[in-house]
Parts: sequence; structure tokens; C-alpha cells
Amino acid sequence: MSALLKLSELAVNQSGTVREMPKAGVAFIRLREMGLMAGTPVRLVRVAPLGDPIEIKVRGYSLTLRKSEAAEILVEPAAAN
Amino acid sequence: MSSKLPSHIAPAATPGTPSRQPVYALVGNPNCGKSTLFNALTGLKQKVGNYPGVTVERKVGTAYTQHGHPLTLIDLPGTYSLAARSPDEAVTRDVLLGRRADTAMPDRIVCIVDATNLERNLYLVHQILDLGRPVILVLNMMDLARAAGLDIRVARLEKELGIPVIACEASKGTGIIDLKLAMSRPELPLSRHAWTVPAAIATAVSELQASLQDNDKKPPLIARAEALLLLTDQDSVRVAGSTPLSARTEEILRGWEKRWETEGTDWAGVLVNARYDAIGELTAEVVHTAGDLAAGPSASDRIDSVATHPVWGWVVLGSIMAVMFLSIFTFAGVPMGWIEGLMATVSGWVSALLPEGELHDLIIDGGLAGIEGVIIFLPQILILFLFIGLLESTGYMARAAFIMDRLMSKVGLNGRSFIPLLSSYACAIPGIMAARTIEQPKDRLVTILVAPFMSCSARLPVYLLLIAAIMPTDEVPIGTKVGLMLLMYALGTFGAFGFAWLFKKTLLRGAPPLMIMELPPYRLPRLRDVFMQMVERGGLFIKRAGTVIFALSVVLWFLASYPKVPDDQNDTDALAHSYAGRAGHVIEPAIAPLGFDWRIGIGLVQSLAAREVFNSAMSVIFAVEETGDEDADTGHLRDAIRAAERPDGTPLFTPLICLNLMIFYVFSMQCISTLAVVKRETNGWKWPLFQLGYMTGFAWLVCLGVYQVGTALGF
Ligand SMILES: Nc1nc2c(ncn2[C@@H]2O[C@H](COP(=O)(O)OP(=O)(O)O)[C@@H](O)[C@H]2O)c(=O)[nH]1
Repeated sequence: MSALLKLSELAVNQSGTVREMPKAGVAFIRLREMGLMAGTPVRLVRVAPLGDPIEIKVRGYSLTLRKSEAAEILVEPAAAN
Repeated sequence: MSSKLPSHIAPAATPGTPSRQPVYALVGNPNCGKSTLFNALTGLKQKVGNYPGVTVERKVGTAYTQHGHPLTLIDLPGTYSLAARSPDEAVTRDVLLGRRADTAMPDRIVCIVDATNLERNLYLVHQILDLGRPVILVLNMMDLARAAGLDIRVARLEKELGIPVIACEASKGTGIIDLKLAMSRPELPLSRHAWTVPAAIATAVSELQASLQDNDKKPPLIARAEALLLLTDQDSVRVAGSTPLSARTEEILRGWEKRWETEGTDWAGVLVNARYDAIGELTAEVVHTAGDLAAGPSASDRIDSVATHPVWGWVVLGSIMAVMFLSIFTFAGVPMGWIEGLMATVSGWVSALLPEGELHDLIIDGGLAGIEGVIIFLPQILILFLFIGLLESTGYMARAAFIMDRLMSKVGLNGRSFIPLLSSYACAIPGIMAARTIEQPKDRLVTILVAPFMSCSARLPVYLLLIAAIMPTDEVPIGTKVGLMLLMYALGTFGAFGFAWLFKKTLLRGAPPLMIMELPPYRLPRLRDVFMQMVERGGLFIKRAGTVIFALSVVLWFLASYPKVPDDQNDTDALAHSYAGRAGHVIEPAIAPLGFDWRIGIGLVQSLAAREVFNSAMSVIFAVEETGDEDADTGHLRDAIRAAERPDGTPLFTPLICLNLMIFYVFSMQCISTLAVVKRETNGWKWPLFQLGYMTGFAWLVCLGVYQVGTALGF
């Protein structure tokens, strides 16, 4: 298993798999309910022009979240292609 | 605990009340095509209102079965989950759970999902199936799913779930007949989908279910569904009109939460995972990916690589906003002219019918002018609503929020406040009404409170008049005039952001807003739906705000016309003699420190009808003859106010006073139409009155500072 990265640290177009998410907090429960949970593959699509928020692809759709939340989600980056 | 729901047969409507129309609720994720389907089912038979006590839109329509029987269809606010995060979502949850006294629990539920994104969409469906109510599942956007290479086995899904599943394309109307046939079925099977509640929380769920049945008097299945919901419903949103939990249930819930916390059990996560696992099994059987789906970026991705590009993104945003404002300023003028013409004609008829006198004046100068005051705003408002509707249904609105979020976060708001605030540069009313897309009530309120600082189009004539009075000749470079104008817009913008920041720090403090938002794929909207929405919102404005605006216009007319001067004197004296004129004198002590006299005071009072009325009030006060030629009239008015003197012979409208008056117009709350709309959007007079107070108070303080410092410096 390669080192875990924060979701906010993924490079644009880099994919990975979510490994850890905070348990509590409205934001993280909602993110889970929207399909982002441990084991879910994600890809960082882009960063907003001003540097925050970020757009990710998860389960085939595009989702935005702020870096402050993304920094609490740990992902295992996919092998570089 | 594994609960196998019996596949028994549910009756269509409550037995014993055969005359009652069956009630269907329409639920789904945002952007799944729910409104489109609702329109397709109900046509124009819709009623829009509010749920009592909350500002959540309540849309109810009548649809007809294939046999022509009417049925009631409630369009519930879109949500991703029944664990509500916003008042809108709370209403959806409460209606489905039968928690709202004002809305009976629907007999049947139509769940609509976006077929291109089944997994996430089925999460809500999965929660709803727990309710044990008859459900019809609509797979919408089948065209897009096919285009994306998804092969969805509808019959298989139907078999797995045991409920009717209808493939649909709401925007084209395909599948609507099948849906109506399913809705017409006298009996609907209940879902036989079974899933296992994870062991870690199963005991808690049973305990909560038992307590909900005993203490909250819920039917068993609803109790189970609610028990499950309580576990993911942290900081649950309670809204007016929903019944609270019993103390005992609350106690059990807290007890378990404490226990899990010490044990380190991720209870909510376990539950959500279990649902997604069940959904995963389902979709693995039902969805097949035909062909290479992942071939290249989608059309939306390609558009977004420009629309949210670090450079081009701003160009696109700027251009769209420029087109919006240009359209308002160019196109609104034409129908506004028609309205004025029409009202003039009507006044003419009434004048011809009625003899001169008080009734004549009441109807023409009070009533008809009041009606004009309401509908004269409509062209602008409708154009803005049209644009807002287009931005929403194409999917661009979410991109604008994405781009602007960072800036808005500086004052504690999120990107969704951007469009409402920006629209307020044209008119605060549609801006405030558009604030409904902001999920968090506090953020919505802050946006509403500061929106009127944005210089709206009604302030423009006042600025133009006063700038002309400061710089009457053409010798002053045009740049200076434009610069002064821009300064006013900038002041308003700073005011709005400054107060937003202040309110978020103090009065309306809350958790920093989140920006968890779906960026829906770009779609070509159906113009019919966008127009319908525009007309509907325009109608709401007239219905709710119109009466207040009309009534206050009549009051203002009365104040400006009574008491009458004994003998027929000129308009100037009549106005000075009226209550409004006296009000000018009454407020003079308050505005004298700002350098304003009672005549300006009359203008301020009359501006309550609309800020631009200042100009016509000044025309009356300084007895400017109207010639009908607008440019000439403005010129005369400018000369008249430049010539106006105080009793001691010094000029009244010095450059400092003109500047100060402009600043006053930037900051103060003078628009009763806006106040009426704020009252509607905040459910009471508290916030509009607060807004009136804080904005006007702030304007007063700033103007006091400017005038005192300005005079001390010798201006
Ligand atoms: N291609 C396609 N577009 C659709 C379909 N149903 C709705 N739309 C479009 O999707 C967009 C969002 O629909 P809307 O009804 O506003 O979604 P809501 O947020 O769920 O109410 C609109 O532009 C619709 O015209 C469909 O079946 N196929």
C-alpha cells in the first residue's frame, strides 16, 4: 500500500481510492450519503480558479467540496499511469 | 436484524374516504429532472405556495390517471438523503414521514432517479423503500444513460425491487403514459427488497423502533425507517410545523450515541456503507456497461475546461453577466414604456368617467399609480428570473458558485450567494427571491439582509441627477462623472460584503458554510419549463408583495395629497402643506446634521415608493414645468436644484450635499417593495424592520461623518 495522501493534495487528474474519512460531522455524513466513503475510487478533476474549492469525480458524477474538508479525507493514490 | 418486508398489497387511497383524491408525492435528487416530470404530469394545473411557518416552496398540482381520475401530486424539494441538512430537505423528510400536520402523509410515492447516476440516486430510494409505502420508481434521463453506454435492465430492477419501474425521458415526454398507467393501478405491490441492518447497530435500531412505536405512536415500518434515519441525522434540522420526538426516544438515541462514541463505533458510516453495499449488489445485476464508456471526456467536461478555466472562466462569467445586465437595461425599457402608456390610457378613461374630485384623485393618483408601482418592476424582474432560470436549468449556476466560492468565503458565505447578490445590481427583489437556492438558513438570511446595498437600477436616475448637479457643464471630463458613479457602486458593494462579514461574525454566527455541491452535467433546458418558472415567480411577486406595495403606495399618495390647501394653489405649495411635506419638516432635525433640509426630506420620504421618485418629488418641490421631453426635463430639474437656496441665500445643493445625498441613497433602505419581499421570504416583519433600521442607521452615520468632516474642511 503506497502512502496515503490528503484528498486535497491529489494532483489534477490524479486518481485514488478513499481510505479514511472522519466519523463525525455533518459534512462527512453527507459526503458518505453522496457516495464518498472508504473504498470509493475518486479522481481530482480540477481546482477552482481561485484555488478553492475542488471538483472531484466520484461514482460517475462531479462533486465539489472545499479544501478544508478534503484535507480530512485520506486517499491512496492509484499507481501512476 | 434482517427485515423481509411482506409483499402484500397496498390499497390505493385511504379506505373509508372514497371521495378523497389520492395523494402522490414526487421525490428525487436535485437535478434529476423532477420539475420537468412534475410539469409533464400536471401541465398548468399547479399551485405554488409556502409550507406554513417555513420559507420552503410548496408545489402541488393535479394530474389525471389514464382513466381521467384526478389525483393530487406534491412536488417535494429535491434532496440526496432523508437526513435533512436544510429546511427544504427537512420538509421532504417530514412530509414523507407524516410528521407535518399541514400535509397528510402521501398515499403513494413516485421516486424519480437520474439513470446516468443510479448508485447515488438509489440511496434516497433505498431510504424511502424502508417506509413501507407504495413506491413507483421512475428512471429518468434514459436517453443520456444510453448515450453514456449504460444498459439498464429495467425489468430486472423491477423484479429485484418488486415495485413498478418506469423508464422515462421527462424532457421529451417519453414514458409518461407508462408512468400514468402505473399511477392508475388500483393496487401497488410493496417493495420486497430486503437488506440487512449491520449487526453493530441492529440492537439500537430495534430499541429505537420500539420506543418510536410506543412513545411516538408511529406505525411499525415508519418507526423502523425513522429509527434508521435518526442514526444519520446528526444536528438534524428541525423546522416549524414538524412534530418533535418524544423525550424517551431522544434519551435512547443519546445513550447509544454516547456508548458508540466511547467504543469508537462509526455508526453513521456503518449504516451508509450497508445501504451502498445493498445498492451495489443491485446495480451490479441491473446496469451493464455497453461499449467503452470511459472513452474521452464528456461534453460537460469539455465545456467546463473552458467555463471553469483560470482565465477563460472569468471571461465566460463576465460575458454571461454582461449579457444579463445589457438585456435588462435594453429590453426592460420597452415593456416599461408600454406599462406607462397603458396606465396613462386607463387613467385617461377613468378621468373621463369620473368628475374632478377626491374620488377621482384617489383612483388615479393613488390606486392606479399604486398598481403601476407594482407592475412597473415586472419587466426587469421577469428578465432576471428568466436568466436565473436559464442559469439553473443549464447547470451553469453551480459553476458560477464554484468559481466565486473562494471570494464569498472571505465574508463567511459560500458561492451560492453570488448570483442573488449580483442580481441585486438590477433589482434586489429577484435577488432576494433567488436566495432560496442557498441551503443554510443563516447564510440565506445574511444574503437577503445585505442584498439591497447593491445599487439597483432605481438608484441610477438619482445618481445621474446629482452627478449632473455637481458637474453641470461638459467641461468636466466624462471620466470623472463615470468615476463618481462607479464609486457609488463600489461603496454599495463594500457595504454589502462588510455587513455580511459582520453578521456572520456576530448576529448570525454559524458553522462555516460547506460547499458540498454536485456539478450537474450541462443540459439544454426546455424553454417551456423555464418560461413557466419565470411566470410562476413573477406571479408570486405580484401576489405576495403586490398587495403590500399597492397599499403603501396609496398611503404615500394620501400623505402627499392631504390635507388639501384651502384654495387652489400650485402643486409646490400643496405638497409642502401635505403630511409628506410636514414629514419633511418633522424629520428635518434628524437630517439637518447631514446637511439636508426639509425639502430634501420630502424627497427622502417619497422615495419609499421607489428611490427614483426622488426626482419627481424634486420636480414638484422646485416647480419644474414638465415639457414631456425627458432630456430637457432632466436639464431643467438639474438647473432648478442648482438654483435652490437655503433661507440665508446660500445654495442648497452644494457639491458636498449632492455627494452626501448620493451616499445616503447607496446605503439607506428606502424601498417598500424590497421590504415586502423580505417579509415574505423571512416569514415576518422582524427582519425587514431590522433591515430598514440598520441600513438607514448606517447611512445616517456615514453621511453625518462625511458632512461634518466635509464642512470642517471647508467644502
Ligand atoms: N436529456 C434529458 N434531459 C432532461 C430529462 N429530464 C430533464 N432534463 C433536463 O434536465 C435539466 C434539469 O431538470 P429539472 O427538471 O430542472 O431538474 P430538477 O432539479 O430535478 O427539478 C433540465 O434542463 C431538463 O430539461 C431527460 O429525460 N433527458
